[in-house]
Amino acid sequence: MSTRDVTTQTFQSDVLEASKPVVVDFWAAWCGPCRMVSPILDQIADEHGDKLEVVKVNVDENPQLAAQYQITSIPALKVFQGGEVVQSIIGAKPKAALEADLAAFIG
Amino acid sequence: MRNLVIIGSGPAGYTAAIYAARANLEPVLIASSVEAGGELMNTTEVENFPGFPEGVQGPELMMKLEEQARRFGTEIILDDVTEVSLDGDVKTVKTSYSGDYEAATVIVATGSAYRKIGIEDEERLSGRGVSWCATCDGFFFKGKTIAVVGGGDSAMEEATFLTRFAEKVYVVHRRDSLRASKIMQDRAFDNDKIEFVWNNEVVGITGESAVEALTLRSTVDGTESELAVGGLFVAIGNDPRTHLVHGQLELTSDGTIAVDGRSSRTNLAGVFGAGDVIDPQYRQAVTAAASGTVAALDAEHYLAERAGEDSRLLRAQS
Repeated sequence: MSTRDVTTQTFQSDVLEASKPVVVDFWAAWCGPCRMVSPILDQIADEHGDKLEVVKVNVDENPQLAAQYQITSIPALKVFQGGEVVQSIIGAKPKAALEADLAAFIG
Repeated sequence: MRNLVIIGSGPAGYTAAIYAARANLEPVLIASSVEAGGELMNTTEVENFPGFPEGVQGPELMMKLEEQARRFGTEIILDDVTEVSLDGDVKTVKTSYSGDYEAATVIVATGSAYRKIGIEDEERLSGRGVSWCATCDGFFFKGKTIAVVGGGDSAMEEATFLTRFAEKVYVVHRRDSLRASKIMQDRAFDNDKIEFVWNNEVVGITGESAVEALTLRSTVDGTESELAVGGLFVAIGNDPRTHLVHGQLELTSDGTIAVDGRSSRTNLAGVFGAGDVIDPQYRQAVTAAASGTVAALDAEHYLAERAGEDSRLLRAQS
């Protein structure tokens, strides 16, 4: 399992109605720390794909989603479960720190 | 065992790597997993790096430095150092995932980290309108009124950059004059969207799920006031990142790693410091790069002397 892009059009079906927890990575091309955290999320998706999904939302292309979820800092990770935000993680973190933050879902 | 491990991937670390690699030391550079490239990765236009008359984007400059370091054979590891042991002839550098590296010399070029205001609200509203990175987060404040706290070059750069998005930018500074360079000051003074709030410090931030206002306190007479803003960018300086070497390397009263005169030599033989982590004063990309050069040359000299001693010992024994 690797990561895929989600848009305003597909957010409902891919995130809100997903059966597994979904980590949504809000990012932009001009955000240096976003570029650093992206390959780490790919790894987490590969290693824990049976427990959760990881998707990416480009905030430039999907400003409505960024506004709806009150994103003011990126990279921002939001974990959705049953259509609700159950956890928020702000800023680029090393893999071990992200795995610790996501322990409730991948433990 | 390696000749040299360099910790850090800003201008100091990469420049040290370029020099060391060209001297055939085959250096290993531990770049960090999420902060490779250092502080310049979070900047836009760099106008004062010599050789770029049109300016250069911070991330692009760092990619070029990385490429140049690789060209001469630097091994670059995208991982974080968790622990170091710097005493003795063999130094050990441990990483999260890539194992341990043993080396005869180590260059510590870990840079500095954003300073926080140090109030509870700052942590609580981080990612909810409080930010340390204008280039990352400015986009989300289109048409809003926001504040930058700080009086140095980075505060002026952030304030000026943020006027691209924000309707109005207050610069809150606790003195009545700026530390920033003349050109950065003039640019901010000339910008109609920027208004200065002198002699005030931020003592509180209000808002439940998003920043709504700042509580300011006058540094002159202690009067408190409220300033309604939708975001706060903190640019009050940086602190040297020395947690890895606490208890092993001597620090100065400024908190930087202490080095011997104009050299990069620390209190431990074979351990050298470079860049912002040894520099309480200048902290420029160019001075960091120069400092990386000094460290690479010092490490090279140290290794050559040691090799000389070893061969003399061998000759004496035979």
